[in-house]
Parts: sequence; C-alpha cells; structure tokens
Amino acid sequence: MLGEGILKGLAETAKNFAGSYVSKERLTTVQYPEERVAPIEATRNFPFLVYDGEDAFAGLRCVSCQICEKECPPKCIYIEKSKDKKPDYVGKPQNYPVRFDIDISVCMSCQICVEVCPFEAIKMDTVFELATDDRFGGLLLDREKLSKSNEYYHTIHPTEATEVDARLAEEKAKVEAKAKAAAEAAAAKAAAAPPAPPAAKPEAPKPTGGAE
Amino acid sequence: MSASATRQEGWSKAPAIVDYGEGELLEVSMGPHHPSTHGVFRMDVTLQGEQITKLKPVFGYLHRNHEKLGEGQSYLASMPYTDRLDYICSLTNNWAYALAVEKLVGQEVPERAEYLRVIVGELTRVQNHALSVGFLIQDMGASGTPLMYAFKEREKILDLFESLTGSRMMCNYMRFGGCRVDATPAWLDEVRRVVAGLPKFADEFERLLCTNEILMARTQGVGVLPAELAMSAGVTGPMLRASGVNYDIRKVDHYGIYDRFDFKVPLGSHGDVYDRFMIRLLELRESIKILEQALRDIPDGPVMDPKAKIRNFRPKPGEAYGRIEAPKGELGFYLISDGSGNPYRYRVRPPSFVNLTVLEDMCLGHNVADVVLILGSVDIVLGEVDR
Repeated sequence: MLGEGILKGLAETAKNFAGSYVSKERLTTVQYPEERVAPIEATRNFPFLVYDGEDAFAGLRCVSCQICEKECPPKCIYIEKSKDKKPDYVGKPQNYPVRFDIDISVCMSCQICVEVCPFEAIKMDTVFELATDDRFGGLLLDREKLSKSNEYYHTIHPTEATEVDARLAEEKAKVEAKAKAAAEAAAAKAAAAPPAPPAAKPEAPKPTGGAE
Repeated sequence: MSASATRQEGWSKAPAIVDYGEGELLEVSMGPHHPSTHGVFRMDVTLQGEQITKLKPVFGYLHRNHEKLGEGQSYLASMPYTDRLDYICSLTNNWAYALAVEKLVGQEVPERAEYLRVIVGELTRVQNHALSVGFLIQDMGASGTPLMYAFKEREKILDLFESLTGSRMMCNYMRFGGCRVDATPAWLDEVRRVVAGLPKFADEFERLLCTNEILMARTQGVGVLPAELAMSAGVTGPMLRASGVNYDIRKVDHYGIYDRFDFKVPLGSHGDVYDRFMIRLLELRESIKILEQALRDIPDGPVMDPKAKIRNFRPKPGEAYGRIEAPKGELGFYLISDGSGNPYRYRVRPPSFVNLTVLEDMCLGHNVADVVLILGSVDIVLGEVDR
C-alpha cells in the first residue's frame, strides 16, 4: 500500500513523543543555565598553573623551563624567565616565570603542554563559561590569573591529582633520602679525618607545603 | 551568442543567462553559504530550466594551510591539528596519522592500545554514519526529526569520548606507539552499555526511514555512480561500495588488528543515493558487531610502548604512507622525514575531497533539488576537503 512506509515512520515518532511523557530516559536535554549535567572528570578546557600551599607565588611549581612554550602547537604561551631563583617543592633553587601568559583565544585545548611538562606544573582546567566583552585583555591570562591551588586541582580532577601528588611525594622522598645520605657520608668523612675542611652540605628542604 | 553580447542588450536579461547554442542557460552559484552544502562549499551550476548541464565544484573557502603547518612543526604538534580535518571523526584521523608515523619509525603498538583504537574507531564510524544519514534526510527536507534521532545517539558516543579523552570532538587521543590514557573498567562498562543500545537505535532508524515512500522516490535512481567511473576516479569508502566494488581497507590491509574480527562488507548494486544511504546503515550494524567482539576480547596491559618518545622525536630519513578505512573512505597520511624534528613533507589524502571529484558526473541531467541530495550522499566535511 502506498504510504505504508510513511505511516510506519510516523508511528515511530509518535511512540517517542508519547514516551517522553512517561519515560525519563527519553528526555535527553536539560534546561542549561538552571539545570546542568554532571561534569565529566576527564574534561579539559584551558591550561592553568598549579601551586602548592597557600601562597600562589612561593608554591608555584613552574620552573620556567619553557618546554611547553616550545612544544605548544599554536604557540599561545609566552614565558619570561626570572634572573633570580626561588626554592621549588623539594627545596632546590629554581628559576620561576616572571611572566607567564596564555592567550586562550589562540589555545586549542590540546593538552600537549601538560604532557611535556616534567614538573607537573601545568594542568588542564574545566571552566568553560569564559565569555567576556574584552576581546584582547579578557582572553589573555597572566600568571596571577593562571595560578590555581593544588586543592582546586583536586576538586576538578581528583583521580589524576592524587596520582600526581603520589609521584611528587615519591620524588621528594628520594631527594630527601639522597640529601640525608650525602649529609651522613659527609659527617662520617669529617669524623674519620678531623682536620679535613667542612663538606658542603646540600641545602635543606624548605617547607613549601603541599605535595604530601 | 556570448555572455558579453547578452549584457549589451541592457537590463532585459540577467548577466548570468548565457546561450551556448542550445537555448538559454542560467548560471547559478550554489553556496558557499547555503544550508545544503555542509559548510562553505560552492557549486557553479549551469541550468537549462531545472536541469543541470554543467557543475563546477569550487572549494578552498576553509583552507587553513594544514599541510604546510605540519611541515613547520614537530610530529607530535600535528596530532591535534589532524582532529580538525574531519571534525566529525577526529579519532580516525588521529589513528591514520599515528599509523603513518609508526610506519615511518617502525614503532610497535601494545595489544590493549590496538583494541582501544578499534573501539574508538568503530564508535566514530557509528556516529559518523548515523549523522551523515541524518543530514542526508535533512537535505531532503525532513527538517529535524531524523537528524535529531541521530544526534541523540551521537551524544551518547561523544560523552564516552569526553570521559576517555577529555574532549568531545577534538580528542587528540592517539600517540606514536599507543594511546594517551588508558580506559578504566568503568569506561569499558559504559561503552558496553551504549553498544548494547545501538542495535535498538539502528532498528528504530530503519523503521523510521527505510520504507518511506518519499525517501525512495527521491533517492532511487538518482545520482548513479557507475563502478568503472568510481574506480577510475579513486573514489573510496561507502560511496565505492554502494557502486558494488568490494574494497574495504580493513579487509585489504588488515591494519591494526582487523584480521581478528568477523564482519561483513556490505555492497550496493545500483550506485544511487538510496544505495549509499543503505550502505551506511548496514555498515553501522557491522561496526556494532566489531565493537561487541572488541569489547569481549580486550586484554589488560599497557596502552603505550614505554620506549616511545614524546619529546625530541626525530625519525630516521625515509618515507611512509599510512592509510586506514575512515568512515568516509581511504584516509592516508604521507610523510617524508629528513632526520630532523619536523617532517620534510606532510601530505593528507582526504577521502571526501577525492569523492567530490565525481560530483559533476553524478549530477548531470538531474534537477537542482537532486544536486542537494547527491552532495549530501557523498558525505563531505569541508574541514577535510579544504584542509
């Protein structure tokens, strides 16, 4: 019969229409600003810089090695290296970024900066409501705007942040054990040969908080 | 009478009306901003009444220097750009590029990563075919409903992509020597749940469309592509198979681990728009079969070869061509290395660009309304055509 196929198709749409009143899973949309779907943990949007502890500057993990700047495909990162040094999370003196700018109007959220960073300093954020009427200044994020605490990192990517913390703690323990062994060896050497000049002691780790 | 001669007559005739000696012909520029062109694509058509006598595809509106960019940056940095070629199926683009680079350096891929690639690749094929059928019906004038049915299913798959790779469309998931992150057991269970629901969706979609008289009247016998022409023009993918040529790179090359799966290659016999539409629905079902097998057999293990390098990746001088059966056809990447960190030559062989070359042959003699449909059945993505 001509028109049978059309009727069959219409029955399908009618079923879905009527079904949407009784079955919750047929309703696939939400009313966005009022209702929101649950965030997905692996989501990524734009990068941010992680710092440990309370102070955004003292705890900043970035040592300004500029690998992310070099590897970034659209070249949206700009870093100025410092002349002086500050202690990092294991207490080793390291450079820090005097300027760290990310132009998020250029960034394409590819996560390559996160993959190449050897210091776990740059991670992906999940915020997406970033609309602004300031086209140039509003989308150029500087170091202050980019720095976010490790606690914040834990709230957005809990699984990943825990893994990162474990890795950093392990590294820190290794460095501390090495420093301790070196100090002991120096002390033993000093005890064995009293007139020897004092051995250069490695710098003691300074408390920078976090990473435990 | 030439075009300039008609213009001298003043405003009595539009300048686009020309006479080649067979009566008056009208030149119409379809696109680049036309809802049926799936992006910014222009067709210069010459009409005699309603019939097409000439058609010239004009592309390049979305050209963004993809190949030259690839030659100026590291091998890894091109990976996120491949997402943006065919933005509907970014994961198969990743796969083809990773395959080409792995061939270039002789890199092995762990077992689990191969299975993950098959799973995400076939999920990509499912959502691409559902979407292309939805858009084809949309081009026919069924505004919305079938497309929204396809989008509803695609959304579930995109959610899976997001929870695995972090992004819905620009996945940037594969690396040379494996995949970037491992899938959790919870993710695999979620995939099993979605895949279990896919046959129901395919049934629903078929009941909704396949026997529809309007669809059959509009598509059967329209835009016929003969098998000889398809082969000589280098057409690949569902379009070639709809013309009855048994050629699927998954079966021909057995790239990855495709020789382990039991699946069929659906073939058409007429090569018209209806066959191309049906081929996509049938391939969707075959993809579900592959997914079920891959999800059953996926082993444990690493997803990345520990010897693979992320930074300072410098292949030895040489060349390689890696190709896969992308949802739209043969997607290939050709790379020449000169031993430095950047490829010396980086070339993409995009399926929808090559498939577009036969557009005029399929359209000649048909009406303007059919051109929209025939273009829809080619299944193009302008990000890939223009690069």
